[in-house]
Amino acid sequence: MTGITIGRPRVAILGVGHVGSALARVMLDAGYDVHVAASGDPAKIALIASVLMPAAKPGWAADAVADADIVVLAIPLHRFSSLDHSMLDGKIVIDTMNYWAPTDGVQDLFESTPLSSSEVVQTTLAGATVVKTFNHIGYHEMEEERRPAGSPERRALGVASDDPEAAALVGSLVDAIGYDVVALDALRDGIAFEPGGPVFGARLSADEFERAVSVDAAVAEAAA
Amino acid sequence: MNTPATTSVSPAQPTFPLEFGLDTFGDVTNDAEGRPLSHAQTIRNIVEHGVAAEQAGVDFFGIGEHHTDDMPLSASDTVLAAIAARTERIRLGSAVTVLSSDDPVRVFQRYSTLNAISDGRAEVILGRGSSIDSFPLFGFDLADYQDLFEEKTNLFANLLQGGPVTWTGRTRSALTDQDVVPHLETPLPTWIGVGGSPESVIRAARYGFSLMLAVIGGPAARFAPYSQLFHQALEQFGHTAKPIGLHSPGHVAATDEQARDEFWPPYLEVLRRVSKTRGFAVPTEASFLHEIGPGGSLFVGSPETVATKIAANMTTVGANRFDLKYAMGGLSDDALLTNIRLYGTEVVPRVRELLSERSEAVAPAA
Repeated sequence: MTGITIGRPRVAILGVGHVGSALARVMLDAGYDVHVAASGDPAKIALIASVLMPAAKPGWAADAVADADIVVLAIPLHRFSSLDHSMLDGKIVIDTMNYWAPTDGVQDLFESTPLSSSEVVQTTLAGATVVKTFNHIGYHEMEEERRPAGSPERRALGVASDDPEAAALVGSLVDAIGYDVVALDALRDGIAFEPGGPVFGARLSADEFERAVSVDAAVAEAAA
Repeated sequence: MNTPATTSVSPAQPTFPLEFGLDTFGDVTNDAEGRPLSHAQTIRNIVEHGVAAEQAGVDFFGIGEHHTDDMPLSASDTVLAAIAARTERIRLGSAVTVLSSDDPVRVFQRYSTLNAISDGRAEVILGRGSSIDSFPLFGFDLADYQDLFEEKTNLFANLLQGGPVTWTGRTRSALTDQDVVPHLETPLPTWIGVGGSPESVIRAARYGFSLMLAVIGGPAARFAPYSQLFHQALEQFGHTAKPIGLHSPGHVAATDEQARDEFWPPYLEVLRRVSKTRGFAVPTEASFLHEIGPGGSLFVGSPETVATKIAANMTTVGANRFDLKYAMGGLSDDALLTNIRLYGTEVVPRVRELLSERSEAVAPAA
């Protein structure tokens, strides 16, 4: 039974580590149908899934992705090159990953390029539509920091994509989870969300977030 | 919406004795003029801290391996051996040993030697290492850290069983019927330090090791489901129940105000430096106040404040052990010794009191 997307899109999360399991929980809380997969046999993640995200459905990656409207990459970046990229063709893909050589080691694919890490992911996944978000909030904050819409202390997350429709769909997911959305209309601009950038790990309102990102862009332009 | 969905702890959980430890990463402290002490003096001071911890009645003293100019404690077991020679009761261990970039055979030999010197007081907390200075130093590739830890944990578990070991793997030369000495006279309690990876919880359970949860950001309550995962995984692997510990940073002084005032400047300085190499956000006063509050992971304050928070967190997570990571950057040695004394003589007895009140309140009337 596929294709009956009533209301909320269906999500497949690849990776059940600290990021993947936290995202699964907040998306389930927000009423999304969430499928999770790791590399290989779903039996290996059955216990983790049943205890940490009881309503998520563990499966093989290819099956979870095939039926999903949105695929979340929640794997360590150094595992990205060994992922089967072709299964993501035609999918909206949320890139939650970060390239940070001091902790992950130097990786040629991301090191020897002027592109931001999400642009490298987009270039590699030529058939997919990449949206960058969730990379700049700690997995340990993901649940605690949620607030209802309109709450004065609601935190903002950035959403960057070249595709406005994909950005809007992912933006509605971010909002439903419990965060305000600051949308940037180019994946390239998501470079401001990277480690060391002005919004990485920062607890900011939507106004503060926008200001931080635009100041950063102005400085980058002036320096160019 | 603020609280995680699952915070309950299995009521069937067996009880282990309550234990309270102090951990240090070996921060270089400053002298009275604010100048950093030498590495050698820092190490000699840490030996004194271990002795002071025993005098204050603390149960465990742990040293976290680091390899940096501001944390030069690269040979933890040597320092622990010096403390062992001057103490009689306190347990001594690594917090953590970065097993991924070490040789399990050497780790076993060093800690079984410490166990011999200390008359069975040694422990090991194994970690993958979130601080990764040791990888380039010893010629390991960070991209392999998952596989390195998996294989080396496996070999270490084999060594702990005693008797000749036969083992093959990808990350180290094979062993065939190899006798590894010194043999253990008493067991070497082994923990796996987990920062947030569910897979690491499963790994600890698979080998029947104890679980040490490092809570270094956000509320400890988010780890409650990990306790449940650990219990269920132990059961699935056919092991009996095992202890669960919490490790968190903090600082105790006579009053809340004094503890905050002493801790905040070096904390900001250290985090500012670390944020440059690790990509963390630099803390603000607001984020600091949040972290030292009831929902944060810093245990900073008077003995009463810190004891209340420890008791609450141990209950929520279902932990029987709490290790306070004391010391932070240039905090003076006097402040550290006061912290150690207050922790052992005031915080720990108060936590024991709070936890026994709580269990009496829960227990049915006889």
